[in-house]
Amino acid sequence: MNKEQYQKLVKKHTPKENRLINSITAFVFGGLFGVLAEALMQILRKVFDLTILDATTWMMIIFIFLACLLTALGVFDKLVTFFKSSIIIPITGFAHSVTSAALDYKQDGLIQGIGSNCFKMAGSVILYGVISAFILVIIGVLIYG
Amino acid sequence: MASMLFRNVYINDESSIIGPYEDNGELNIRNALSDFYDNEKTFEDAEIKMQKSVLENLLYKNNLNPQDIDILVGGDLMNQITATSYNMKNFSIPFLGIYSACASFVESIIITANMLDTRFFKRGIAITSSHNLTSEKQFRFPVEYGALKPKRSTFTATGSVGALITNKESRIKIESATIGKVVDYGIKDVFNMGAVMTPAAARTIVEHLKDLKRDINYYDLVLTGDLGEVGTKLLKEYLLINNNIKLKNHLDAGCLVYNEEQPVFSGASGPVALPLILFNKILKVKKYKKILVVGTGSLHSPVMCNQKNTIPAIAHAISLEVM
Repeated sequence: MNKEQYQKLVKKHTPKENRLINSITAFVFGGLFGVLAEALMQILRKVFDLTILDATTWMMIIFIFLACLLTALGVFDKLVTFFKSSIIIPITGFAHSVTSAALDYKQDGLIQGIGSNCFKMAGSVILYGVISAFILVIIGVLIYG
Repeated sequence: MASMLFRNVYINDESSIIGPYEDNGELNIRNALSDFYDNEKTFEDAEIKMQKSVLENLLYKNNLNPQDIDILVGGDLMNQITATSYNMKNFSIPFLGIYSACASFVESIIITANMLDTRFFKRGIAITSSHNLTSEKQFRFPVEYGALKPKRSTFTATGSVGALITNKESRIKIESATIGKVVDYGIKDVFNMGAVMTPAAARTIVEHLKDLKRDINYYDLVLTGDLGEVGTKLLKEYLLINNNIKLKNHLDAGCLVYNEEQPVFSGASGPVALPLILFNKILKVKKYKKILVVGTGSLHSPVMCNQKNTIPAIAHAISLEVM
């Protein structure tokens, strides 16, 4: 049996993932969390009399805090198996990746451990986020002046 | 020729310890951790402690001192086989550290048995351990990171097993062994370890049978290491198509560690899965007389995988005769 034939055999026996169900779950819960965030924002605006910009910032801070707290308590990874990507794609996922990496390296010290490793997974989000923002701004300036 | 026959080498005793998941699963062993830390500060220390307790228990049960052991061969999954090396600093025993991923335990038995067969050495120990979270950290994502796992992935078992091997006759005779060759069938998927290791397992089984001029039905049981459910199906079909061998009496240790409700996907993996099942399930039932034990190891390195290389695998086999 050559490599190609073997890879066909592997394909035959590898269980299929429920991509459709996973996507629907992520879509529905992602949307629900969006609604929740919007509600939180409106409450913050009404109760504390904040501007939209301030209320958005506070809402994000609260979500980031919750994600970090749930990661530290060891709950977040269990939630992911249920909610799928709906809590990984938003800012909660970013906070989760930083916290989980920092937790892994806390015993390796502040500099060699947490400092150099906490952006292990979030690093690419930051790098490519900055690069794509830069490119989009240039395109925006070129088109709209 | 990759196979050898041993004149008189026996497994006299064993000692096992398991983690919390395995304790909730199908295994029932007195020594079990209640959590992944086991009162240590790090997961790494917990794995070293597991190995230490296995070795101490094995020596204590057999009334032996470290000075009575002539050779200890062992390995684990951590970089620089950390758990075994750091454990061995506590014991004054001549030590050989080895690595062939999840085939490490069978490899250590082959080396120890060979040394004892020369009769220069009297007593040897083969030891291995793995810890779910030390390997998650090293091979995959941070421990608390909620990465979604596909159904084909396996779950590294937590535990440690040591076996005392001597020339003194016992119930379990190590009859022969086959040293495997590294096989690479071009699989790049780090989640599909069963598919990576199947060709290696098949090749070792075929060479073992050819070298010793045996039929597959000579064995009451072929016990593979950690192919999981995906690999088990693959191995049967692969052997049938490629070598016209009908594998009937086959069990995979990876499929026997956990129960169906546990979220372990394709099954258990790690060097400790095979000896845990062999000593605590297969040899306890006294049903099988001739057993071919095939340890399968995926020799992947995260660096090579990130650089888009394929994953090589190896499998070693020993044949046991149970009185």
